[in-house]
Amino acid sequence: MDTRGRTLLAKIWDQHVIAHISDDTDLLHVDRHFLHDLGGSAGLINLKSRNIPVHNPELTFATPDHAISTASGRAGTIKTGWELLAALRTETSASNIRLFDLDQPGQGIVHVIGPELGLSLPGCLIVCGDSHTCTHGGLGALAFGIGSSELTHVLATQTIIQRRPKTMRVTFDGRLPFGVTAKDLILALIGHVGAAGGTGYAVEYAGSAIRDMPIEGRLTICNLSVELGAKMGLIAPDEATFAYIRGRPYAPQGEMWDRAVAAWRTLRSDSDAMFDREVSIDVGTIIPQITWGTSPEHVLGVDGRIPDPADIADPARRGAIEIALDYMGLKPGAPIAGTPVDWVFIGSCTNSRLSDLRAAAEVARGRKVAPGVRAWVVPGSETVRRDAMAEGLDKIFIDAGFEWREPGCSMCLAANGETVPPGQRSVSTSNRNFVGRQGPRARTHLASPAMAVAAAVSGAIADVRTMER
Amino acid sequence: MPQAFTKLTATAAPIMRTNVDTDVIISINRMIGNSVRGNLGKWAFGSLRYLPDGSDNPEFILNREPYRAAEILVTGPNFGCGSSREAAVWSLQEMGIRAIIGSGFGDIFFANCFQNGILPVVLDKAVIDGLAAEIEASQGAGRVSVDLQEQTVTSPSGVRHVFEIDPRRRAGLLEGLDEISLTLRRDHEIRAFQASDRDARPWIHFAGHQAG
Repeated sequence: MDTRGRTLLAKIWDQHVIAHISDDTDLLHVDRHFLHDLGGSAGLINLKSRNIPVHNPELTFATPDHAISTASGRAGTIKTGWELLAALRTETSASNIRLFDLDQPGQGIVHVIGPELGLSLPGCLIVCGDSHTCTHGGLGALAFGIGSSELTHVLATQTIIQRRPKTMRVTFDGRLPFGVTAKDLILALIGHVGAAGGTGYAVEYAGSAIRDMPIEGRLTICNLSVELGAKMGLIAPDEATFAYIRGRPYAPQGEMWDRAVAAWRTLRSDSDAMFDREVSIDVGTIIPQITWGTSPEHVLGVDGRIPDPADIADPARRGAIEIALDYMGLKPGAPIAGTPVDWVFIGSCTNSRLSDLRAAAEVARGRKVAPGVRAWVVPGSETVRRDAMAEGLDKIFIDAGFEWREPGCSMCLAANGETVPPGQRSVSTSNRNFVGRQGPRARTHLASPAMAVAAAVSGAIADVRTMER
Repeated sequence: MPQAFTKLTATAAPIMRTNVDTDVIISINRMIGNSVRGNLGKWAFGSLRYLPDGSDNPEFILNREPYRAAEILVTGPNFGCGSSREAAVWSLQEMGIRAIIGSGFGDIFFANCFQNGILPVVLDKAVIDGLAAEIEASQGAGRVSVDLQEQTVTSPSGVRHVFEIDPRRRAGLLEGLDEISLTLRRDHEIRAFQASDRDARPWIHFAGHQAG
């Protein structure tokens, strides 16, 4: 018998094995399945056409987030958005699946509402037809995105067949410097290991900077796991995790809570556990990050210069940088700070939680969005929206010239028609700066919420450290 | 039910840029709504394939002969990274692609390929670069063979490369197996697991909807 210590991944994985399919592939139990408007109804309709019932509707939860408008009253929702919502309502109702519908507490971006409702728990296996499902790993869950076919398989069987991934541990040690956030840590990591650095791995984030980090920051860290290629990212749950979950609507209560916490306390990698790859980052060296290109790995510190292809010897890398700079309309070798911006988007499953909006409001308070810049704040959920309004954050944003909107995915992926116009430049708190991601020919720079506000009020990419109070 | 894949000899198009993401493979605004299936092929690689006025971009490889008829893609590192959208695979399939040979793929895209009878083959980057160079030297005339039974890729000049593949994935593709039916045969095991897990982790298993 193997007596080596076990990783957090192994502990959660083994607890979900129903059957071994082959040497390294298992049939795993799915504890929570989240559906959204983009693909949820299609999976349910597919199943119905095959005359197969949903295996465990009580473990399945749905909400519209991708295709609905985030304008007041959901005005301007595109025709297909309404059709997808109608289908989601019909099909979830027919299968007795809980739907958190528009204007209800619980509605919001799937990766915001899961943790917020206490549905996503440590040790849970969570899937959703969305690659940013890795977000829930911030609570110590094993969570990953799946495709439409796998989604239908989960609906039919409450299981998923998975090959056990390799393991990587990323240790963030040290204290966060002034102006540096969870978003900057994970962007810096992606710059360090590359957009394929985590492919085939489940990544565990550890170290003193993670232990000191509030839960919402941990969700941001895990959210971008897929941008370094890792389908799964996770953080061992601790007292801060338990305090975050306690009392949430679907969290266990009373005696059940005590049993759950006792089990969750065992969910940590043993001190002698071995990982297939280890990466260490001293967070003291990180400064606020901003992307310059069309992959999240195209990232630099805000005091940096745009790369110059002439400096790159490898022709493939040089060519890739040339293509990215051409799309982004940037001058090689110029400082990234000072680049004029047209749009600012604060939102998405990466950075739309209450703490993100507080950090953004802190910079926005008493300042004005620069002339010619359109700036949006899209809260991650109905609950975040209400909580932020109770604190008066909406007023701070509106007074500063931001638009305060309804919850949803919005301009992160522009599935609802909310786009950055062609050729315009956006600073966005979302997760992908891909070609066309925020709209055809839109140019996206990823950054933290505070950095996004700094850009909005400066009219250009700016170093938030010169502005924070 | 996915179509089976056994062997294919066809025109192959190299798309060698790094990090071709699934947003680039299929734009979100082309994949939402009903009845998009069957109409995705013409929108694959839309931002590369078409100029802003909607006309074909003559520089994009899949707009050139003989690559228009390609059934195989030879791809650069991290092809299919990004979103989980299975429409990326559907769009490639609908434009006639049946196999993708690359040095690495996005994990979710890779899994989605198998679900649709598309074979993704991983080979060393040096092999991929050599394969692409051979195809380009023949201006696309040199055909590439992929044999799943033998687990080989054969270059236009006849160089054979053996590839590794998960045996379960291989069997699934060779026979076009339906995973849902296979798993439902194990439903007694699933239910037995749930029964014992209800004792071990009762907080996971809601008896009914307890909130709101």
